[in-house]
Amino acid sequence: MNNGSARIATAIVTYGFVGLMAFLSIFPFIWMLLGATNSSIDIIKGKMLPGSALATNISAFFTQVNAPLVFWNSAKIAILATALTLAVSSLAGYGFEMFRSRHRDRIYSAMLLTMMIPFAALMIPLFIMMGKAGLINTHLAVVLPSIGSAFIVFYFRQCTKAFPSELRDAAKVDGLKEWQIFLYIYVPVMRSTYAAAFIIVFMTAWNNYLWPLIVLQSNEQKTITLVISSLASAYYPDYGVVMVGTILATLPTLAVFFFMQRQFVQGMLGSVK
Amino acid sequence: MALARRGGIGRYYNANGWLFVAPALGLIALFMIYPIVWSLWMSFQSGRGMMLKFAGFANIVRLWNDPVFIKALTNTLTYFVVQVPIMILLALILASLLNNPRLVGRGFFRTAIFLPCVTSLVAYSVLFKGMFALDGIVNSTLEAIGIIASPIPWLTHPFWAKVLVIIAITWRWTGYNMIFYLAAMQNIDKSIYEVARIDGVPAWARFTHITIPLLKPVILFTTIISTIGTIQLFDEVYNLTEGKGGPSNATLTLSLYIYNLTFRFMPNFGYAATVSYVIVVLVALLACLQFFAARERDR
Repeated sequence: MNNGSARIATAIVTYGFVGLMAFLSIFPFIWMLLGATNSSIDIIKGKMLPGSALATNISAFFTQVNAPLVFWNSAKIAILATALTLAVSSLAGYGFEMFRSRHRDRIYSAMLLTMMIPFAALMIPLFIMMGKAGLINTHLAVVLPSIGSAFIVFYFRQCTKAFPSELRDAAKVDGLKEWQIFLYIYVPVMRSTYAAAFIIVFMTAWNNYLWPLIVLQSNEQKTITLVISSLASAYYPDYGVVMVGTILATLPTLAVFFFMQRQFVQGMLGSVK
Repeated sequence: MALARRGGIGRYYNANGWLFVAPALGLIALFMIYPIVWSLWMSFQSGRGMMLKFAGFANIVRLWNDPVFIKALTNTLTYFVVQVPIMILLALILASLLNNPRLVGRGFFRTAIFLPCVTSLVAYSVLFKGMFALDGIVNSTLEAIGIIASPIPWLTHPFWAKVLVIIAITWRWTGYNMIFYLAAMQNIDKSIYEVARIDGVPAWARFTHITIPLLKPVILFTTIISTIGTIQLFDEVYNLTEGKGGPSNATLTLSLYIYNLTFRFMPNFGYAATVSYVIVVLVALLACLQFFAARERDR
């Protein structure tokens, strides 16, 4: 009897705690969705019911922000950065795993150390470099420094360990060159690795803030993340407009998460395989 | 085989390997190694803008006499010392509760707690700034349930602003860490728990004596990742405080100070580079410390 009531008490505490945490985790999303339908004053006052200001907020957002251009900027940067990072990193991950030599392993370890370099220590030299190259206020300046990523190379190398080497041997017997083996055999076989890496890199690039804040100076070049930030830092921010902006900025990553949940989590875990 | 490797085929093999890794290594060298060496060199120089002169250790001396730097350093360390343990512990508890296969709706709970990870740092900071406004939803709820008598000045009081930053980071990253622990728990043999339960080991002791020791490598990994992240904190503070690190520098972080030194005030690249090297040293030191601490406890 005593044991039974203790078990019920444990269950109540467990569900109560987990439920509360889940609620706190979701609450800001609900607040954001409801906020988009309310006026700025209602949002700040904490109104938790759907309002009637959705149309006003959306049209205000589209008058204050050149939304198509801003989205195009974000998408262009994120897609370019992702495509190049995946190409360069998968080549390197494959190279490090397939062609081993003592030097290469030493270089690999040294490369892994660069994961510890904080971005704050790079931004001044990078800014000067981009200035000298005449790339300030261009999207190329945002993309270039992000392509070489020790972490993604590491991720590809870890996953390449599972790539069956018999496939490679067979292809070699058939007379395929190294680059052909990579392109026609490795890439299709490693689809799910690419998918997981895609999610990680795309999210990082889409949400990137500090570096674009430094290099992108004119409004025509700005990304959605920069735009939300400047909308919200106005002296009297219109929260209805800010909510519409945050929803639009979160939508792509949210969609990726819900449609590719398995790869999403796999990508996040990539490093502890 | 050994002969072949030394001969033509081997060399061809090797050349191919280098070709595969060259683009990544080249980019990392150009955009990470070259700049990090350059900023070390810069930290020994002083002057305005690009007019730099060699200044020896002048910048390091200046650090000690710069109250704003000391403030940024203590704030950054405070965030790290307070926030990382809270978050790791919370994530561990959640993971071990959600690892229980008999828990109804655990799929939903996992997804819900993981959801904050999909938001951008800027987007959630902006949301938190609105929710924690003086007459905002958080204060009015806390007042309604009687936890506080008057609204907490989250954004304008030095102490509460720090608390808000810590709450915000914890909200964003707990689920991320939890996912790592859940994955690692898949590899723990369930029978260990069964035996412990039959022997009458209480749940809390099972958590501290079985789960935590077995998860030590993952805990170490996530602690290092979180440490590096917290020491570089920028986006959240910048967006919660309109880029000022206020009130009265109470939330200023090292990264934000470097940004201010470089892009807001009269640029002093040399001094800013010195501050940035404080972050480099901190990250390296703390990662080593955690690594050795975990290894010591192993013995």
